Amino acid sequence: MTYIAKPKLRHPGLAKNKLGFTHRDYEGRISTLCAGCGHDSISAALIQACFELDLEPHRVAKLSGIGCSSKTPDYFLGQSHGFNSVHGRMPSVLTGANLANRDLIYLGVSGDGDSASIGLGQFAHCVRRGVNMVYICENNGVYGLTKGQFSATADKGSKSKAGGTNADSPIDLVSLALVLGCTFVARSFSGDKHQLVPLIKAAISHQGSAVLDVISPCVQFNNHAGSTKSFDYVREHNEAMNRIDVIPARTEIKVDFEPGTTEVVRQHDGSYLKLAKLHKDYDATNRAEAMAHLQQRQAAGEVVTGLLYVDPEPEDLHTHLGTVTRPLNRMGEKELCPGSKALADVNAGYR
Amino acid sequence: MKQLTATNDFVVKFANVNGSGSASANELFARSVLRMGVPVATRNIFPSNIQGLPTWYEVRVSGEGWIGRRGGVDLVVPMNPQTWNKDIAEVEPGGYLLYDSTKPLTGQKLRTDITIMGVPFTALSNSMEGTIPRERQLLKNIIYVGALASLIGLDLKAIDELLVKQFKGKTKLITMNGTALRLGYDYAEKNLAGICKLKVTHSDKVGDRIFISGNDAAGLGAVYGGATVCAWYPITPSTSLAEAFTAHCRKFRVDPVTGQNKFAIVQAEDEIAAIGMVLGAGWNGARSFTATSGPGISLMQEFFGFAYYAEIPAVVFDIQRGGPSTGMPTRTQQSDILLAAYASHGDTKHVLLFPEDPRESFEFAAMAFDLAEHLQTPIFSMMDLDIGMNDWLCKPLEWDDARVYDRGKIITAEELEAGKSFARYLDVDGDAVPYRTLPGTHPTKGAYFTRGSSHNAYAVYSEEGKDYTEVMQRLLRKLETAKSLVPAPIARRAKEKAKYGVIYYGSTSAAMDEAFAALSAEGLHLDTLRVRAFPFADAVPDFILAHEQVFVVEQNRDAQLAKLIVNECAVDPARLISILHYDGTPITARFIHAAIAERLNATRKEAAE
Repeated sequence: MTYIAKPKLRHPGLAKNKLGFTHRDYEGRISTLCAGCGHDSISAALIQACFELDLEPHRVAKLSGIGCSSKTPDYFLGQSHGFNSVHGRMPSVLTGANLANRDLIYLGVSGDGDSASIGLGQFAHCVRRGVNMVYICENNGVYGLTKGQFSATADKGSKSKAGGTNADSPIDLVSLALVLGCTFVARSFSGDKHQLVPLIKAAISHQGSAVLDVISPCVQFNNHAGSTKSFDYVREHNEAMNRIDVIPARTEIKVDFEPGTTEVVRQHDGSYLKLAKLHKDYDATNRAEAMAHLQQRQAAGEVVTGLLYVDPEPEDLHTHLGTVTRPLNRMGEKELCPGSKALADVNAGYR
Repeated sequence: MKQLTATNDFVVKFANVNGSGSASANELFARSVLRMGVPVATRNIFPSNIQGLPTWYEVRVSGEGWIGRRGGVDLVVPMNPQTWNKDIAEVEPGGYLLYDSTKPLTGQKLRTDITIMGVPFTALSNSMEGTIPRERQLLKNIIYVGALASLIGLDLKAIDELLVKQFKGKTKLITMNGTALRLGYDYAEKNLAGICKLKVTHSDKVGDRIFISGNDAAGLGAVYGGATVCAWYPITPSTSLAEAFTAHCRKFRVDPVTGQNKFAIVQAEDEIAAIGMVLGAGWNGARSFTATSGPGISLMQEFFGFAYYAEIPAVVFDIQRGGPSTGMPTRTQQSDILLAAYASHGDTKHVLLFPEDPRESFEFAAMAFDLAEHLQTPIFSMMDLDIGMNDWLCKPLEWDDARVYDRGKIITAEELEAGKSFARYLDVDGDAVPYRTLPGTHPTKGAYFTRGSSHNAYAVYSEEGKDYTEVMQRLLRKLETAKSLVPAPIARRAKEKAKYGVIYYGSTSAAMDEAFAALSAEGLHLDTLRVRAFPFADAVPDFILAHEQVFVVEQNRDAQLAKLIVNECAVDPARLISILHYDGTPITARFIHAAIAERLNATRKEAAE
């Protein structure tokens, strides 16, 4: 980490988005993570994605659990409220926050220890409820903050820095999310910003549960030979299914590509996802096929990345609960309290 | 044999098999006594099971209006062969037994000092044409209510009205039940007339009081208190609170035009997730709560510490049951007091409320949301199974329409825009309660980071000892502020100046009121203090200092409230004498009376010698 604060001075030539914000307006405090940490690249990608989507930073709520990844919400979107919860329990806190105010964008940041071990249950239930959120798992296969123990996403046979071999089967959050009915499932690599930024943008525009598993090498404890979550290993084995572009709502779409190579998916909010297919037969809107494909590729030793599945018409928890469109946290006694006359009737019913 | 003779003052106990549909018949019996203007106190004693195990329902008919459990049984209706011997053994000498005489008694124990009354319930129900076996099973229960109506003089018309109310427009059911009722009634009129000397006569002692369970009332209180988010996990005896909230929300919180819900209720995957959701919603400005019991409170510990330290409003209803571990899930206790007061690791302290009955369960439920937002901390309403799951006769619920929710210190976008400074954990007003902003308030001002790790007054991560202790000291002072906001203890003076005092709380109240009357009738004078909240008001130690000895009556083994008092109020433990009842049944007036009288009489005797 560095302790030298970035100067507050802003270059007048910095690019501005539609709201007049520059990149700098989406930054947070200085990262305390190790130099070269994959997580910092993800924070940078988040900043870029929010800038490009013209989001008002304060309309995002950032929530996390415990661990290196969960520290990162302090390092981006300084004008957003953050909530660093307890270990493995970010999903429940995010769910409650979302119930209170459906108008904000909810960004859950977690790690493989936080999501796949102590918090596996909450991860699963939050996803199956269809909470409208972006759930990013910064996945490095290792417990960094406690110095290098295997996590539950570590591949069988992978080696720890201390020399041990992992004998347990890994938990694959992407496969799990697909099984649980998640309506947006993607995997990316912290070292591939060109892939990651559009995926984050697509996830944010998705009006349902969006799970993004981002392999993010731990430079201190899991970047050695024998690790399957190192920069080198992921670069060598990365197999992207597609490249995507997020096209904002009300943009005219010109179809100028060869059929079968690019697909355009209209999302519920009016925006479009333009998918450039890198594997001709991969259909990201077919859950069962996506699951089969994923299993086959992973068995062949590939790290499958890209937008793996999307349901363009997702339902979220509020739809299931039939809640009012106005955020619940804005209601007072006038809307919520039935009053004394109603209570007199209630009393009569108990006589 | 001298038969028990009483008017409007006796206890009837029904012994049933659970799943046999007896609950509604037993409740019908209790409500028909109420319809005659005579107060009742009912207790449902049931197993942690759905079908086949013993269950009991006790109805205390009390013209005096005592609503605690009396103890003892004057008339038993043993419908469960498994428990016959135990049930019959409980009857007071001179009492009565009403049984199903369809088959002759073989091998069952009988007593010569009680009056045995037989009505062939099964045969009578089998005689009802056009019914199926399952219906006849249910109608058997109504037949015994009919027989009882004849024996103790209940008003058949009142029962008819209740049936009409219960089956709302389902004519066939109303007729069928009415027929069964009369079958039992007529049989008893013809064969058992004048045998039973326990009678109910019309009275006006019920007044405008209502008959409601604490969970139902608390669920309604949450609606009135403005709760919009409820996250819960099923656990006896708290489940019916979340269900009541759901039912009341469906009635009062559905937008008539759009059909949309002004509430969100989530059945979580476990108690940890439930409290997590409550905190997320509370942090984001919605009034939120969970309902649980001891095991849930154990699971939620880590989050309680978080909410205390990060200062997040939350309301928790703890419907206490018998512990430790799974303990007695369907029995009552007040045994989570210390667990809740100091919940979570590190130095913590929480605000507890002790409602005495369903009415206060309603009142405190609504109040808890104001307290939670005002103090920005979890508020625990410490109910128990006895209050939560039994119907209690209590004064009607009240609401002041002028009441405005106390949302606490929330800085708005306008205030930030106008230049109001904001530091999340700074004591600006000297009451140790800081200001907060809600997520999404302002584009450039007011954002902060909520965390369970140590932070300074500006919500910035800090491991500096000074920053840490400053926040921890303020949290302690915040509890001082809480003292002046929580319900004050209620004192009751003895007729004469008393050397002795009694402290009690929660569901013990009903039994204590009656014991107090009985003790003073015997010339045993005591002042009493009903504690209604923690942190304790100064009136609590003052009361102890003003008396030579103070009895502390509780429904747990370890004298948890007494220990909390000693711990927090620096009083000499030697002044306190604990009266403890913890077998899982609700404490009785007889128990308290006997325990206190024994000690006071012993002291008197010593003094006389």
